[in-house]
Amino acid sequence: MSDRPAKLLRLTVNGAPVQVAAAPHHTLLEVLRYDLDLIGTKQGCDKGDCGACTVQLDGRPVLSCLTLAAQADGRDVRTVEGLTGREPHPLEDAMDRWNAAQCGFCTPGVLMSAEALLREATGPVTREDAARALAGNLCRCTGYTKILDAVVDAAGGGSPTRDGSDP
Amino acid sequence: MTADNDGGRWQVGRAHRKIDAAERMRGVARYTDDIHLPRMLHARILRSPHAHARILGIDASAALAVPGVHAVITGRDMPVPYGILPWTRDENALAVDEALYVGDGVACVAAETEDLAIDALDRIAVRYEPLPALFDPEEALASEMQINPHAKKGNLSKHVHLEFGDVDAELSGSHLVIEGDYFFEGTTHAAIEPHCAVANVEANGVLTLWSATQVPHYVHRELATVLEIPEHRIRVIQPPLGGAFGGKSEPFDLEFCVAKLALMTGRPVKLLYTREEVFYSHRGRHPMRMRYRTGFTKDGNLTALDAATVLDGGAYSSFGLATTYYSGQLVCSPYAFTAFRFDSRRAYTNKPACGPKRGHGSVQPRFAVEVQLDKAAVALGMDPIELRRRNALPAGGTTINGFRIGSTGFVECLDRLEEASGWTARRPRLPWGRGLGVAGSTYISGTNYPIYPNEMPQAAVQVTLDRSGRARVFSGASDIGQGSNTMLAVIVSEELGLPLEDIRVLSADTDLCPVDLGAYSSRITLMVGNACIEAARKLRRMVAETVAAEWDAPADRIAFAERRLFDRAEPGRSVTCAEAFRLAEAAHGLLAATGSYNTPKDRHGSYRGGTIGASPAYSFTAHVAEVRVDGETGDVHIVKIWVAHDCGRALSRRLVEAQMEGSTYMGAAEALLERHAVDPAHGGVHAGPSLLDYRIPTSLDAPEIESIIVEAPDERGPYGAKEAGEGPLHSSIPAIANAIYDALGVRLDALPFTPERILLALAQRRQAEGAGLIAPHKGVALSGRPA
Repeated sequence: MSDRPAKLLRLTVNGAPVQVAAAPHHTLLEVLRYDLDLIGTKQGCDKGDCGACTVQLDGRPVLSCLTLAAQADGRDVRTVEGLTGREPHPLEDAMDRWNAAQCGFCTPGVLMSAEALLREATGPVTREDAARALAGNLCRCTGYTKILDAVVDAAGGGSPTRDGSDP
Repeated sequence: MTADNDGGRWQVGRAHRKIDAAERMRGVARYTDDIHLPRMLHARILRSPHAHARILGIDASAALAVPGVHAVITGRDMPVPYGILPWTRDENALAVDEALYVGDGVACVAAETEDLAIDALDRIAVRYEPLPALFDPEEALASEMQINPHAKKGNLSKHVHLEFGDVDAELSGSHLVIEGDYFFEGTTHAAIEPHCAVANVEANGVLTLWSATQVPHYVHRELATVLEIPEHRIRVIQPPLGGAFGGKSEPFDLEFCVAKLALMTGRPVKLLYTREEVFYSHRGRHPMRMRYRTGFTKDGNLTALDAATVLDGGAYSSFGLATTYYSGQLVCSPYAFTAFRFDSRRAYTNKPACGPKRGHGSVQPRFAVEVQLDKAAVALGMDPIELRRRNALPAGGTTINGFRIGSTGFVECLDRLEEASGWTARRPRLPWGRGLGVAGSTYISGTNYPIYPNEMPQAAVQVTLDRSGRARVFSGASDIGQGSNTMLAVIVSEELGLPLEDIRVLSADTDLCPVDLGAYSSRITLMVGNACIEAARKLRRMVAETVAAEWDAPADRIAFAERRLFDRAEPGRSVTCAEAFRLAEAAHGLLAATGSYNTPKDRHGSYRGGTIGASPAYSFTAHVAEVRVDGETGDVHIVKIWVAHDCGRALSRRLVEAQMEGSTYMGAAEALLERHAVDPAHGGVHAGPSLLDYRIPTSLDAPEIESIIVEAPDERGPYGAKEAGEGPLHSSIPAIANAIYDALGVRLDALPFTPERILLALAQRRQAEGAGLIAPHKGVALSGRPA
């Protein structure tokens, strides 16, 4: 596999045009992490089980470890590095307030799934909605409790039974 | 100045944003696999396909002939054995003469790219002579064939037999003796970050290793031993870590391999485990077979406990010596009884080695203890919460095996759960298929003795203050996601009046930081926290005295908060921390102080092994679980778990809750889903070495959890704090087992509680009901329900 010639790909990554040469069998995850140094996208299993590598392709969450880099040619890729502007994204802020990131390794993938949920939501986001949207993002630290708290909070749903006020 | 009503604390006890969460979430924190060095090579390990085999020869010439392949190493390149406990050095970095389980490392290759390294593995020819493999611990103990060539007593890895009081007399005099056989299947940590290590020989000749480890100090020591390099020529750095749970608490083959390959090639070398390799490397929870006898008076007072346990250790010792002790030593609290005996035998088997997983060695026996108590409550017609309250050890008490307990909030945990769950009113009214169960537990806040004997401090911290009004904390402690760096910042903040963002914590780097023993046995808050308080208070005194002299006021009138120093008697008078630090530096020179912590040595029994499992302070936990079980499918749904945990003092409230929730979830996962096992029918391959097949819960599977923090401050903890990271796992498992009993009237004495096991237990109950041996549970006859 190691001798296949690389092909030049042209993608948009976090709003900027990017050209990168990638071997045909290399995944979007490998290209993002190792060629572009976008290290926020994590590899937890490399087989589509854990969701740590979740990025958005044309606005929809995908597993970058199961996406060949060539499949992203000409398309719009958004990673966690593209989520934050000058100010933290409201989801990041809520996750921070709730202590919803422990080791933080799954968090970028969680954020990319959750951001798509919030962006596409037409009504209030419930805990159940959040749990469904994040069902492909495994977290081993939190038991998901505070992640769901934070997502519902960021969606403006509040969380009346729990305290997530700014410490 | 803001101060809460607890001794004027302005920071301790609040909720905090973690000092390093934002950089982790934004994807800019550089974890080990995020390190790319110029000219870096990539390494891969060739692993044994046999559960037990002699290695007759290894021919790597075909691999080395491939352009871009730089080196291949085997066990013969690193023949010095090692072991995390100095008494059991029974491992080699790579197998030397024999491979002892499917997945044992045999050779390692370094190449220009990961692709080339993977391809090269196929070109390494290993000649094996397969040997018979032993997968059952009791068969292994009876076998003449020795599995581990370094073992000293055949396949008996460790045997502990301890007896306190007259167990036989107590049991024969008991009104009720409950007997049970329990099986706890192995489980693994499954941190989302796979193990990874990068090594480089720096320009100054120092071998530098970045590793996803939770114990840099031990990795440092073992690298020096195996590579035969002085410790001062090695530097170990732990980058931000993506979860550990005990699974990264000893050296692994990849760390030795990248170090050796970097020395050989003169180039940086990285090795990242595949997820499959993480499962095979394991070091997770030991499978245990436990035979328990527990005696009670007619009033429900515990009399004696008799435990016989077989631990399935896998191919190597790992921490197994300690695990074997813990399997008995840690069950003597939170209840008082007058006689105790345990006999624990750990066997070598041809499987991935077991080691410490969150709640090391005591989660399995806790399951047995708490189900036994539940059976007794049923037999005696007592409320199971009341039974536990009645037997609780008092504060300041001593356990039957000689451990001295400090503070305990155990009874308060039970009381709070009883109220929060609506136990008394709801439990009798829940219909067939619904149930509430309770269980209690305790855990250590670090161990009193380090794993290699020495008299030096168990924790040390250095704090410096600079002229800009900031503090730097140098600590060897490993933040593995639990928030220990934030904990240290909270302490420095509390003492020196700085907000958290003015405090920089530099941790887990053996060149920069004092020695720390690492993140295990829930030791960091108590031990490193105490060391940090000592250092911070030395600086506080220097700064306060300087400012007091300026103000011509006594130093004890100076208060620190919100980036300022205040005069308590004249609240209008204040100075910024930066200005105060400049004054103090002018008066004292560089503002730097160290703090050390060593454990008390008078809180354990005087018998051999009496120190193992003894701790400066103990946390206490209780869980109530509510379940809904489908009697036709055997599916268990956890409606909710309430967890109450006595952490002494919550230094950072929401971080304590986070530990309680994460622990409780992990226990629930072990109860219902997880199983780390190999398949003997297929030569000892793993039963499901992927996150999907192993089945760690998703957000849809995880139960609702309500956390109740209980605070019984312990004088040995920093501000009274005890541990919170592991204790809250233990009793979630038996609480679920006991809730299933309440729901269906069936006992699940083997983990995990799969639908198959539920249905089997229901079928047995149906038979017993049909034979008139037992009455229908909750008045619902099983004969009237579909088979």
